[in-house]
Amino acid sequence: MILAAIAVLGLSGLPACVFSSRRAAGQRLTTLLMLLGSGLGLSGVVMSLNESATASLSAAWFLPWGRFAVSIDSLSALFLLPVFVVPALGSIYGLGYWKQSEHPTNGRRLGLFYGLLAGAMALVTISRDGVLFLIAWEVMAIAAYFAATAEDDNPEVRRAGWVYLIATHVGTLCLIAMFALWNRATGSFALSSAQSLSSELAGALFILAVIGFGFKAGLMPLHVWLPGAHANAPSHVSAVMSGVMLKMGVYGIVRMTALLPAPDMWWGGVLLAVGAVTGIAGIAFAIGQHDLKRLLAYSSIENIGIIAMGLGLALLGRTQNRPDWVLLGLGGALLHVWNHSLFKSLLFFNAGAIIHAVHTRDINRLGGLARHMPLVMGLFVVGAVAICALPPLNGFASEWLLYVGLFRTLGSDVQSGCPAAALATVALAMIGAMAVACFVKLLSAVFLGSPRHPLPRHLHPASTSMMVPMLILAGGCGVIGLFPMLATGLLEKAVGVWISLPVAEDSMMAAAPLNWITMLGLVLIILVGLITLIMRFLPMAKVVREVGTWDCGYSRPTARIQYTGSSLGQMLVRLFGFFLWPKTEGPQLQGVFSGTTQFKSLVPDTVLDRLVVPVFNLAGRYLPWLRIMQQGQTHLYVLYIVVIVIILMIWGACGN
Amino acid sequence: MTNLLNAVLVLLLVMNLAALGTSRILAVTHIVAAQGVLLGLIPLLVHEHLSITVALTVIAAVFIKAVVIPAIIIRALRDAQIKREVQPLIGLLPSIILGAIATAFALLFAGQLPLAEDHEGTLIVPTAISTVFVGFIFLVTRYKAISQVIGYLILENGIFIFGMLLIEAMPLVVELGVLLDLFVGIFVACIIINHINQAFSSMDTRKLVSLKE
Repeated sequence: MILAAIAVLGLSGLPACVFSSRRAAGQRLTTLLMLLGSGLGLSGVVMSLNESATASLSAAWFLPWGRFAVSIDSLSALFLLPVFVVPALGSIYGLGYWKQSEHPTNGRRLGLFYGLLAGAMALVTISRDGVLFLIAWEVMAIAAYFAATAEDDNPEVRRAGWVYLIATHVGTLCLIAMFALWNRATGSFALSSAQSLSSELAGALFILAVIGFGFKAGLMPLHVWLPGAHANAPSHVSAVMSGVMLKMGVYGIVRMTALLPAPDMWWGGVLLAVGAVTGIAGIAFAIGQHDLKRLLAYSSIENIGIIAMGLGLALLGRTQNRPDWVLLGLGGALLHVWNHSLFKSLLFFNAGAIIHAVHTRDINRLGGLARHMPLVMGLFVVGAVAICALPPLNGFASEWLLYVGLFRTLGSDVQSGCPAAALATVALAMIGAMAVACFVKLLSAVFLGSPRHPLPRHLHPASTSMMVPMLILAGGCGVIGLFPMLATGLLEKAVGVWISLPVAEDSMMAAAPLNWITMLGLVLIILVGLITLIMRFLPMAKVVREVGTWDCGYSRPTARIQYTGSSLGQMLVRLFGFFLWPKTEGPQLQGVFSGTTQFKSLVPDTVLDRLVVPVFNLAGRYLPWLRIMQQGQTHLYVLYIVVIVIILMIWGACGN
Repeated sequence: MTNLLNAVLVLLLVMNLAALGTSRILAVTHIVAAQGVLLGLIPLLVHEHLSITVALTVIAAVFIKAVVIPAIIIRALRDAQIKREVQPLIGLLPSIILGAIATAFALLFAGQLPLAEDHEGTLIVPTAISTVFVGFIFLVTRYKAISQVIGYLILENGIFIFGMLLIEAMPLVVELGVLLDLFVGIFVACIIINHINQAFSSMDTRKLVSLKE
């Protein structure tokens, strides 16, 4: 059933290609097929969850290596849910956002690769064979490339696409190395549990997996492709890439660690440290951005960091034989996977709606949108509160699990060094606080105040097809936030797949009192509601003076003397200046009445712009020396072969 | 039997050196054709009882190497109107010495190899390796495109000698496939030589450098 769903999803864009490039019918058909495929897939997932045995299929195929082996367990099911939900919603969103009639040149191509992306991601999660996995992985990467570079007439989009393509292939290279090693170690490409591996080999596999999957997930030094690609893709593609595709990297790490034997201490430590660095650095970069979607992309990196910390805790728990750590760490991480796919898609859809309305992504040019699009703002608040992990929304539920788990490490044996893991709590708290700062900046700069630049005369309102997916996602955030116990059953099953520990019924509930979250959330909502009512009906707020926001007592203020997004974030950017390295071009003020000057500030990506690009430039400058080898003389080429053969022969003779 | 086989192999080695030392391309072609005939004899000497596989291989090999390919080359020579390699990279005598060194090296190297007992006393492996090297020397030092084709042919002869060790293990299809490759390769090369001649009004492969990007 899921295979059928994958086929439908993967091919959903194909029929539309025969339609005229300006008509909407093709796009509607694509969306309908996407919905159909997702519906099929979801019902397949639900059915497989109800069955006790895991459904699997294994068949020989035409390739010399591997088999066509697929299977679905609760871990796959858990990752399949967002795969089937978010792209379908995005497809509906696309009906309003990327109208075929407005984008006749690339609309059909986008539809085709968008569906292919969804299908490939579903195949990644269920494949149980290294070769099949790699094929699905590569299809996913390529489809994402074509979907993200829909506007390929824009040089910036092309550059982001190149960076993405290079990064993803470096990651795939690591994965190929990993599966080759896997094949050598276990004798087949089948992804089945290999508990007998030696610890050195398992460690090597683990490192390759973290690097290979880390490129896709966006762990910190490997995230270079992520901001550019997310910012320049169409918004619903960004939503799918950030909300779902990054999670495929997480899935890979989870799956591989499940197959490998019990880990050494350093595995968990590495993931905790990398996660903490990724989280803090991600959100610090996010604060420094003034491109709406780049900011959201960096915030995705931060969330991946949080998930990695949860995984690290789970690995530590497995080493130390502490089922409660595993349960809380992995449960929190997996719940955060869901949550992030909900609220980050919501935020990207929101960003899309804003861009659709005002045609700019620059936060410093926006402002005062609250009056024009109140509903969008409301939904944005929902997403922002969720991503900041504030109750009563879903971000809180998952981070709560992580907090509880990390605090548990405090009580453990001091000799093992595990209490150091509790330092991650500090990192998590710091991430949370900075996320609040980041989204306060975003919300106030975009929606509050008055417009800093004249808005377009006619604001495109967000159409119904754009609002409905956002409402559904916001509803999902609320439901998981208020009733997290709905998810615990599936989470416990998934943790059971990851590690075969005797997990008692409802042990997650016992470990972290989730009922309290519900209570707390409901109380909070009631309180807020009450306060709102009181504010509205009490007489004290009757007199309202209409003044411009932040006019600072000037007699003739303009909208441009408001606090900008950059100025709101400036303090934090300075604090983290040691690795953000912000670039500023400040004015030199001279005299009492200095002339017109300009101030510019920019936070470029440290790793990409200061490390990767210079290294590539150096390579571009010096590697052409090697072209001396290429003379165009066939004789010389044959001579090269002869020399190599002779060297090999001498080497072989000496070896004997 | 082994003595006869070794005699044939030594003859092949001598032909290699003779081909290296000859400047007339027509003569080289004749030497290579004769080499093809000798090659056809080897399987008969290696294997006492003649199976159908071996017989078919022998017939196909002799026909292609000694008749068809020389005919194609001679035709190409006539079309392009060339007679001799005027200006090799290194002179004829040095290339003979180089070929001799390569042969000595091949003998030394083959001594190091762990061979099956059947092949211990024969010269099959050193001859094969040294013929391959002579083919390489041809490819590297001669500029005329047609000489390169001949070098390729000699190289293939070396591989064919090596294949004699495996003729019973290797399916007929593989052997015929190799022959077909060789035939098609040389056929195409001879056609291209004509085109090179027309396009560059010369057969010197050094001129092909101008095709470099």
